[in-house]
Amino acid sequence: MQMIQCPWCGPREEVEFHYGGQAHVPYPSEPAALSDEEWAHYLFFRDNTRGLYAERWSHSSGCRKWFNAVRDTVTYRFHATYRPDEPRPVTA
Amino acid sequence: MTTVDAFSTDPDDAVPHTPAAAAEGRLHGTPPRTPGADLPEHPDFLWKDPEPKKAYDVVIVGGGGHGLATAHYLVKNHGITNVAVLEKGWLAGGNMARNTTLIRSNYLWDESAAIYEHSLKLWEGLEEDLGYPILFSQRGVLNLAHTLQDVRDSVRRVEANVLNGVDAEWLEPDEVRKVCPIVNTSSDIRYPVLGATYQPRAGIAKHDYVGWGFARRIDEAGVDIIQGCEVTGFLRDGNRVTGVRTTRGDIACGKVALAAAGSTSVLTDMLGLRVPIQSHPLQALVSELLEPVHPTIVMSNAVHVYVSQAHKGELVMGAGVDAYNGYGQRGAFHVIERQMAAAVELFPVFARAHLLRTWGGIVDTTPDASPIVGRTPYDNVFLNCGWGTGGFKATPGVGWVFADTIANDEPHPYAAPFSLDRFVTGRLVDEHGAAAVAH
Repeated sequence: MQMIQCPWCGPREEVEFHYGGQAHVPYPSEPAALSDEEWAHYLFFRDNTRGLYAERWSHSSGCRKWFNAVRDTVTYRFHATYRPDEPRPVTA
Repeated sequence: MTTVDAFSTDPDDAVPHTPAAAAEGRLHGTPPRTPGADLPEHPDFLWKDPEPKKAYDVVIVGGGGHGLATAHYLVKNHGITNVAVLEKGWLAGGNMARNTTLIRSNYLWDESAAIYEHSLKLWEGLEEDLGYPILFSQRGVLNLAHTLQDVRDSVRRVEANVLNGVDAEWLEPDEVRKVCPIVNTSSDIRYPVLGATYQPRAGIAKHDYVGWGFARRIDEAGVDIIQGCEVTGFLRDGNRVTGVRTTRGDIACGKVALAAAGSTSVLTDMLGLRVPIQSHPLQALVSELLEPVHPTIVMSNAVHVYVSQAHKGELVMGAGVDAYNGYGQRGAFHVIERQMAAAVELFPVFARAHLLRTWGGIVDTTPDASPIVGRTPYDNVFLNCGWGTGGFKATPGVGWVFADTIANDEPHPYAAPFSLDRFVTGRLVDEHGAAAVAH
């Protein structure tokens, strides 16, 4: 089982966490101005990157806070975890 | 070429009672069959391994079940034979080699029932069509209900199935026990079995043989199956794709059909086409070989495991996808642990069975848990993806409707509801939790 570094609690086992999909998807700044197609893309369309992917996780069995992670979708290795208000770190 | 069912009650299907065995008094009723006794011999010749030609009328990307079936029906129903099936690995070695072989059509919504029932009808004649054994065994599927809400949803689905011409019944716990005596139907377990839906025509087939059967047939018809050929880009002219770049050179094409399951968005990204799919690992596993103990297929969404027994005797088990996105063809161990706990609670008889091996495929899931089949914003690019955990059962059905869509440049009626633009129009076919599906 993987250990995941919660930015608040430190390393915890994977089963304590809940997956939340792609990170850095902002709510539309002018929702009323969006076309149906733009709404569809906001609601349903996400990147499906093969490789390093910025995504959201929740420490649901711990502090219950959301955070972001950069994870490799091929090796599943976590390269970084960081707080939601922080920018995506540069990872290799 | 008949398929012998390991659990048949037909005395003609049984292993002959040998005089020696009878004399020793070892036989009472129908003896258990030798594991593997029903598997056919491999033929001497399977398919050619050609060099790619310069150009084809149709290039199908993805040499799994869906790609091969599409080529088969392009030939058979539309007379289109100048076709290449490109596979980056080896033939039918992706999800086709990793699935759990279940076939059923007991979906809730009309659109889903139509395409999956079309597929099930094709499965029923597929051995004759391909001239090759696929060991299709219609042993029925039980979808267990564990809560009152499960019961209500299940009864609703049975009624919907019957209205759509899909065979379905609701069984009370004592009837469940008659169909599958090894299910734990006692009332003192954490999630007691309150009943089940039953589709008698559901079954399993031997997935490798299905892939090989399609491959032999299309090879005979002149379709080129090109393995070790990864698509690395597309040649474009405005709204048309004129060819594909591959690791074995450029190949010109009249039409391109994408049937690459979990890798679809890797391809569509190269086309600048965004599709609402997320790729997830889906794990499956098998036990050691056991004598026939499990006569049907049992699925449970609430405790989440599904089990059938393969022709040779392994218990084949699966559950839902791992939660995170992944392309690694493996998943997390705690997911296996959870489904094993569910399996042992439902089938106490499995408690001492050894797990032999596990594996993972990459499935492409959509927001409404239904596939995407049809046209794209490109004039001559066709899309088949998003089957999630349910692609194998659809193999002949989707091959049929996808071939029709490609040949006629418009969606087959069974494909039409599954268009890419439903995510904009809002006409979703929301099968999440509605159709005994595990996503």
